[in-house]
Amino acid sequence: MSYILEGSTGPWEIVVGLEVHCQVISKSKLFSGASTKFGNEPNSNVSLVDAAMPGMLPVVNAECVRQAVKTGLGLKAKINKESVFARKNYFYADLPQGYQISQFDKPIVGEGTIILDMPDGSTKSVGIERLHLEQDAGKSMHDQDPKYSHIDLNRSGVALMEIVSMPDIRSPEEAGAYLTKLRAIVRYLGTCDGNMNEGSMRCDANVSVRRPGEGFGTRCEIKNVNSIRFVMQAIEIEAKRQIEVIEGGGEIQQETRLYDQRLGETRSMRSKEMAHDYRYFPDPDLLPLVFDDAFISEIEKELPELPDEKKARFMRENGLSAYDAGVLVAEKEKADYYEVVAKGRDGKLAANWVITNLFGALNKAEVGISDSPVTAENLGKLIDLISDDTISGRIAKDVFEIMIETGGDPEKIVEEKGLKQITDTGAIETAIDEVIAANPDKVEEIRAGKDKMLGWFVGQVMKSTGGKANPGMVNKLLRDKILG
Amino acid sequence: MTDLTKLTLAEARDGLAKGDYTSVELTEAHLKSMDAHRNLNAYITETPEKAMEMAKASDAKRANGSAGKMEGLPIAVKDLFCTEGVQTTAASHILEGFKPEYESTVTSNLFGNGAVMLGKANLDEFAMGSSNTSSYYGNVINPWKDKSGKDLVPGGSSGGSAAAVAANMALAATGTDTGGSIRQPASYCGIVGLKPTYGRCSRWGIVAFASSLDQAGPMTKTVRDAAIMLGSMAGHDAKDSTSAPIAVPDFEAALTGDIRGMKIGIPKEYRVDGMPEEISKLWDNGVAMLRDAGAEVVDVTLPHTKYALGTYYIVAPAEASSNLARYDGLRYGQRVMDDGDSLDDMYMKSRAAGFGKEVQRRIMIGTYVLSAGYYDAYYNKALKVRRRIYQDFEGAFGQVDAILTPTAPSAAFAIGENEGDPVKMYLNDVFTVPASLAGLPGISVPTGLSAEGLPLGLQLIGKPFDEETVLRVGGVLESAANFTAKPAGQEG
Repeated sequence: MSYILEGSTGPWEIVVGLEVHCQVISKSKLFSGASTKFGNEPNSNVSLVDAAMPGMLPVVNAECVRQAVKTGLGLKAKINKESVFARKNYFYADLPQGYQISQFDKPIVGEGTIILDMPDGSTKSVGIERLHLEQDAGKSMHDQDPKYSHIDLNRSGVALMEIVSMPDIRSPEEAGAYLTKLRAIVRYLGTCDGNMNEGSMRCDANVSVRRPGEGFGTRCEIKNVNSIRFVMQAIEIEAKRQIEVIEGGGEIQQETRLYDQRLGETRSMRSKEMAHDYRYFPDPDLLPLVFDDAFISEIEKELPELPDEKKARFMRENGLSAYDAGVLVAEKEKADYYEVVAKGRDGKLAANWVITNLFGALNKAEVGISDSPVTAENLGKLIDLISDDTISGRIAKDVFEIMIETGGDPEKIVEEKGLKQITDTGAIETAIDEVIAANPDKVEEIRAGKDKMLGWFVGQVMKSTGGKANPGMVNKLLRDKILG
Repeated sequence: MTDLTKLTLAEARDGLAKGDYTSVELTEAHLKSMDAHRNLNAYITETPEKAMEMAKASDAKRANGSAGKMEGLPIAVKDLFCTEGVQTTAASHILEGFKPEYESTVTSNLFGNGAVMLGKANLDEFAMGSSNTSSYYGNVINPWKDKSGKDLVPGGSSGGSAAAVAANMALAATGTDTGGSIRQPASYCGIVGLKPTYGRCSRWGIVAFASSLDQAGPMTKTVRDAAIMLGSMAGHDAKDSTSAPIAVPDFEAALTGDIRGMKIGIPKEYRVDGMPEEISKLWDNGVAMLRDAGAEVVDVTLPHTKYALGTYYIVAPAEASSNLARYDGLRYGQRVMDDGDSLDDMYMKSRAAGFGKEVQRRIMIGTYVLSAGYYDAYYNKALKVRRRIYQDFEGAFGQVDAILTPTAPSAAFAIGENEGDPVKMYLNDVFTVPASLAGLPGISVPTGLSAEGLPLGLQLIGKPFDEETVLRVGGVLESAANFTAKPAGQEG
């Protein structure tokens, strides 16, 4: 289903391309030995190179290069065996060198693909144009002093991967799915932690609108949006603004805009005329990055199973639906959790418990999977208790509630609370007999053909046994006694 | 006792080893000479206390039997090398008062080998110039005088280093060469200047002018001195990605004096229109000397030579415009700001006040050639031509072992001459720039005097990382020329 915005003059399609900056996981910065640790005292992670002292020279951090190649491989992208660092020149207080070392016409990674998992279980592929390595700038703080801005260079020189998509995205929902999937991939790879709120993943969105099927319109770039939800909102709001401008007889000016999430609007930041001339040129302080096949294949060997492959395996081996498998692989921790639960058990049953019960409870409590009070081992044990008829599915739900509350071991909970299922035929028969004796009229109704009343009897027996009677046995014995 | 300042580096080294004198005595003699020649303005910062401290430590080291290759030898350091705790200005107002917390790799190597620092030598601002008249700290005066006796330039940009060595204010000096900044002042001051292969010496800690061209090298009284000093400066440095990971040979051992059978190339393109007769003659004499020493002289062609100067004045300013962006008044050096100024105001005022005219001119040229719409026409084309120039040399070195050319198109000129005409000033580098663009080693050796009695040098250009051949042929040229003239007051 294509996403269409209805304007006053007819339908509009939106075209979106995303540029995502992912902070590379590495101990030290892209061109210096300074630490990348987040949250240290301002200006404590700063080397002479980061502060651009006279005569200082950058030396590329091989780990960052490996991480970028790994990410490229994870995006099924072409790894460029020769790439070049270039200087992007502009003046700003948080850019000590007066230029950012980036890559321009020869990035480290070329074209690739990301498969989006849409909420309806369908998939869509979005092209990756390139991935390049570059330095982050420092941070300007304008709220520390009434007269002066303060500069923190801790982030200055930290490695970023800028991942640029093709303009293949056609709805806010797809943009959200793109970011979710990209984040999952880099997290699976361990190349970026993907925390948008800490700024380790930041997104610029290029948005334009067009009549369905027509050529691309003029785009505006919305800078530095810091959550997936805000990206989705910003795209919709910007598209609507553009439609309004065009339908009002105006023209879209190519420009850079900012999204104000409080006011729910985008506003102009820099027009095309005011755009910087970055005067890119190859950085003469650095040699081109040159790789051989062995280097690439060595990294390839280290690649973990990625979300798409994992999803396919869950569907193939565990018989999961595309939707369920997609939910489970969305986060590596979730998939890992599920795999522990499913090991040696019914994969579908495990998926139901993990998705419906566990994720439901965690969402309600606003707790992430890594902070789940219920361990995967314990959830597995609970499923075992159901499978071997120790407890019924209904009792299991109660046990699960307790596990969520206390984090306890289901076997112990069942033991302590005496929740073991009654499978002793004699005990169940006694309970049935009592209910039959107390309700002769209802027995007659059933015998007269009102089958549905059987359910009522089951309920009564379960109630009198505190829910512990094996429901299957209760059903069978009731039938035998009343109809048999 | 002999005047210790008139020794060569090699003589002083051997004298120290024999115990004829101490480093303290050597250093004191040079400090006295610096006092006597302060009018030449060869130093921006003199460091007599540090020098004496280093000399004492050096004598102690020698007494311990752990003398390095340059142990106890007092030298000048071009003020483009960052020196820990010692003001480093690059001859610019914008860095006035800047004291680095680090030592450049080259000076660190030299000091590690025992060298003693006398002070920081004057230069053209940010090494941009061929006359040492663009220094914020004043012109350097060439110790040589022409017949009129007026003040002459020492050449540039390493003019202070050249003047200091020529006037015996240092046994030797470090220089840096981007387009001729070691070789041309060496020629103007009658000393030896060696620009090594790009990558031979680390650039770490040298204030950058044009990163793809800058290279440190020795400025000395003799070719042997250059060999000794280069051995102590060079070496791979992991902190400079463009430094070559190759071993440093024993350069002094290359001075065999034997060039029999070697092939020396004479590039016809260097015989430029309007070349002064005396330069032409100097060159011919050099050819004859090498031939007499048993070398075979071969004509070679370097067809893209005529584009070299234009290419250089695109590439070097382009890189400089970016390299000098860090001097913004924010973290170190001069800041000019008035109350209520914006960040942009501060940039403009600090940089307008901090940079001299020549530096501003090159920043503007560099910014222009990199700007949108001009990049391909200028910078990109320059890179292509640069490649051709390298290929020219590659072709020539298929036939010859070294190439002989004049170092500069003239002798030293008067201070103030050429000032109004930057292009004329740039022409001083016409013979040195091609080797810089190709990254090749080049040495200037004094071989004669002009009609005005001023020194003139010849340049030998070698294959990449073949400084040994350049030094060997240079040594032969030096012996044959027997250049013994000295500036007035420095005669032996």
